[in-house]
Amino acid sequence: MWMDHPGWVLFGTWVAALFTLGIATFLYKDNPVYKFCEAVFVGISAGYWFVSYFWQTLLPKLGYPFYAGVKTVFVGPAEWGWLVLLIPGTLGMMMLLRLVPKAGWIARWPLAFIVGYTAGLRLITFLQSNAMTQLQNSVQPVVRYNESGQFLGWESFNILLVTVGTFAGLFYFFFSQEHKGVFGRVARVGTWFLMITFGAAFGYTVMGRMSLLIGRLDFLLADWLHLIR
Amino acid sequence: MRREIPTAIAFFVGIICIIQFFIPHRPFGTLVDVFSDWFGIVAAFAIWLGALNLLKVSLERSLSKKKTHDRWYGLVVAASFFLIFIIGMFMSGGDQFQVPGSRFDYLYVNIYTPLSSTMFALLAFFVASASYRAFRARSWEATLLLIAAFFVMLGRAPVGDQLTGFMPEGYRLSEVANWIMTYPQVAGQRAIMIGIALGVASASLRLILGLERSYLGGE
Repeated sequence: MWMDHPGWVLFGTWVAALFTLGIATFLYKDNPVYKFCEAVFVGISAGYWFVSYFWQTLLPKLGYPFYAGVKTVFVGPAEWGWLVLLIPGTLGMMMLLRLVPKAGWIARWPLAFIVGYTAGLRLITFLQSNAMTQLQNSVQPVVRYNESGQFLGWESFNILLVTVGTFAGLFYFFFSQEHKGVFGRVARVGTWFLMITFGAAFGYTVMGRMSLLIGRLDFLLADWLHLIR
Repeated sequence: MRREIPTAIAFFVGIICIIQFFIPHRPFGTLVDVFSDWFGIVAAFAIWLGALNLLKVSLERSLSKKKTHDRWYGLVVAASFFLIFIIGMFMSGGDQFQVPGSRFDYLYVNIYTPLSSTMFALLAFFVASASYRAFRARSWEATLLLIAAFFVMLGRAPVGDQLTGFMPEGYRLSEVANWIMTYPQVAGQRAIMIGIALGVASASLRLILGLERSYLGGE
């Protein structure tokens, strides 16, 4: 294959290394090299998704079935089920009319379809998976014993912690009542649990970014400069 | 008509999706399957709209009479877009465009991946400076955030266990991090998830019933 040729591999590695360094120059300050790399990133990303959606969604779901349907009309036996594809195809074209200022309002129809579908689906799935399942998992027996009847103190404490934390957190989200008195104190306990959650999420995010940084450094030092193995 | 028809479309599609959950049979089940395919198609066009709009804005900026340095970057955006577009559409074996070894894959591996991962890796530095500000333990709540982040960060790295290797099993940093992730973190996350679910449900109902129409714009 052409890209297995050592020359192309080397060229690709140099391009990747220079783009990596170009983006990293932002650590010093905003500069033309960074802006150039950023512009390339924006253009390449847009093109990448444009091409991907064409080959992976539009052709298999719209183009090929439509073509096959039209073909049956001429070759026979004629089938007319493909005509229904005119609806999403038309809605899609209406969406693109957003680019034309005077006809932009037509894009509201496909937008309404997307909003309606997403709202209808999310309403059920969020209530089912986020609200119901989470509540079900939170409402559990707190006092635990093992099979031989021995009290499991630590496990019971942990279950209690999750139950109290969940309900206290929910108290915090009741904004229709002023956080005062007993209600306020429970809500305050809720914020403690929320803070722990945010801290853990923050730690997780930092570790994810660090992992990416290590990956880039590894690429520069190993694949590009061959300084480490 | 510019607002009524879209509101009716959103209502019809949304209601069908809800009914389908309670009556998962014909015609509702079939209809939602069809809607799902249509959604994929319309969403793909929406992605196209975004890409084409970016192209339009970039080219307009490049061709404008205002002589700013920024206008050259618009040309770079357009050139990059056309490069991957031409290679992906015409020079990478059609729907096999993502197969390792294709020209499209070459661009993906050597341009897209390094740019995106370096861009996100840069956030590590900005997160570090943000954490300096966030982690000044000025209150009990901020201290809790600091402690949780500290344990999770160190506990998820090999250095955490090396630092606390002398401690008895169950008290090492990785185990403390696991405990935080499994119990107190889950409690807060559940409260957030339930809150989000209730918020999404009410917002969805408002959209379906046409009480919320801001997505239709001002006119």
